[in-house]
Amino acid sequence: MNVLTENFHTYAEGFLGTVQLTVYSSVLALVLGFLMASFRVAPVSSLRVFGTAWVTVLRNTPLTLLFFAVLLGLPRFGLVLPFKVFAVIALGCYTSAFICEALRSGINTVPRGQGEAARSLGMTFGQTLNLVILPQAFRSVIPPIGSTLIALAKNSAIAGAFSVTELLGTYKTLSELGYNVVWTFVWIAVGYLVITLAISALFHLMEREWGVAR
Amino acid sequence: MAVDPLIELRNVNKHYGQLHVLRDIDLIVGRGEVVVVIGPSGSGKSTLCRTINRLETVESGTIVLDGQPLPQEGKALARLRAEVGMVFQSFNLFAHKTVLQNVSLAQIKVRRRKRDEADQRSRELLDRVGLSAHAGKYPAQLSGGQQQRVAIARALAMEPKALLFDEPTSALDPEMINEVLEVMRQLARDGMTMIVVTHEMGFARSAANRVVFMADGRIVEDRAPEEFFTNPRSERAKDFLSKILKH
Repeated sequence: MNVLTENFHTYAEGFLGTVQLTVYSSVLALVLGFLMASFRVAPVSSLRVFGTAWVTVLRNTPLTLLFFAVLLGLPRFGLVLPFKVFAVIALGCYTSAFICEALRSGINTVPRGQGEAARSLGMTFGQTLNLVILPQAFRSVIPPIGSTLIALAKNSAIAGAFSVTELLGTYKTLSELGYNVVWTFVWIAVGYLVITLAISALFHLMEREWGVAR
Repeated sequence: MAVDPLIELRNVNKHYGQLHVLRDIDLIVGRGEVVVVIGPSGSGKSTLCRTINRLETVESGTIVLDGQPLPQEGKALARLRAEVGMVFQSFNLFAHKTVLQNVSLAQIKVRRRKRDEADQRSRELLDRVGLSAHAGKYPAQLSGGQQQRVAIARALAMEPKALLFDEPTSALDPEMINEVLEVMRQLARDGMTMIVVTHEMGFARSAANRVVFMADGRIVEDRAPEEFFTNPRSERAKDFLSKILKH
């Protein structure tokens, strides 16, 4: 018990690090995922190919490998950024592939006729997608996107291995100070629970507000 | 006939895999004409209707709308589609929008009208199809016949040069068919150019200038309705009419 109270500052720092990684990566993943999903349903074939390649590469690469590629690879091309930013890029791009697929499955639940009606009225591809298809798809993608973001929060632990401050990494400091490993991890787990349950609650609220009525 | 052609299809062909759905289709529809397309199911009549605003692409042949060849994808195609309204078998009203928003949406986004102006015009059109009392409802709260009349109002809101009807009454209960056909008859009387794919022979007789009979992807007959119904020339049309008129 006193692991937490005596090292509250260390825990808080780690917790905040994980929250930041989660929030920033989520935003990046949602933006990129939205963009890639629109690419994958676009009438232009080169965009579709790009979207498909993006998803295939990122979804099938182990996240740790992706971290290595971003943190060690990008500096070789002269792109040197703080490790935290690199971690956000790796996590955000990785998760965007899953967000893209969740969105696309939502787009596929909207009857084909909705898009045809919009196009027959002279709406462009972007208008059709944003005004007609996505508002209806949105309702059915709330649960899978929630799951994906929870996975993102937990995946952020990998950043700790690349000396980014985050929750799991605090165990190193604490075990060096001689604290009981079990209790250290219990409080780390509680920290993750706080974050993931908060995401759950948020998406539960969103589903109640906008979800598909039954 | 067809002094002033508005829609022209020349030598149009299309396949679905092995199936040759449209074979050498030539069709000219003049301004103000009402053309009813009938035929057995699978004859390509819905596909024909949908090629005119390029919801279906064609493999060969040309389609000309008001003197302009139908563009490929992109903004030019969208602009042209705005000039040709379409009414679907399954209504396809935007499920997440109210009736009024359904009619106003494209006016605001495509025609760039102000919301007040668009809503006012929408209310006039809803009044014209007898649904002004339902403006605030969602499509799911309306009957099929009411939804289809909203769909017609939505198409009219764009002030189209022509309207395409793809089996507009096929998904309706028998007692709702007439309320939709009555709106369509009124449009025909007002001089709207219309292509109507339908099984309603009564409508074809009373409102059409021409009847186009299709079978196996070809236009088999293209004549005035009275002539066609009383004295069909082809065996295929005789056979079709004997099956549908004898009950």
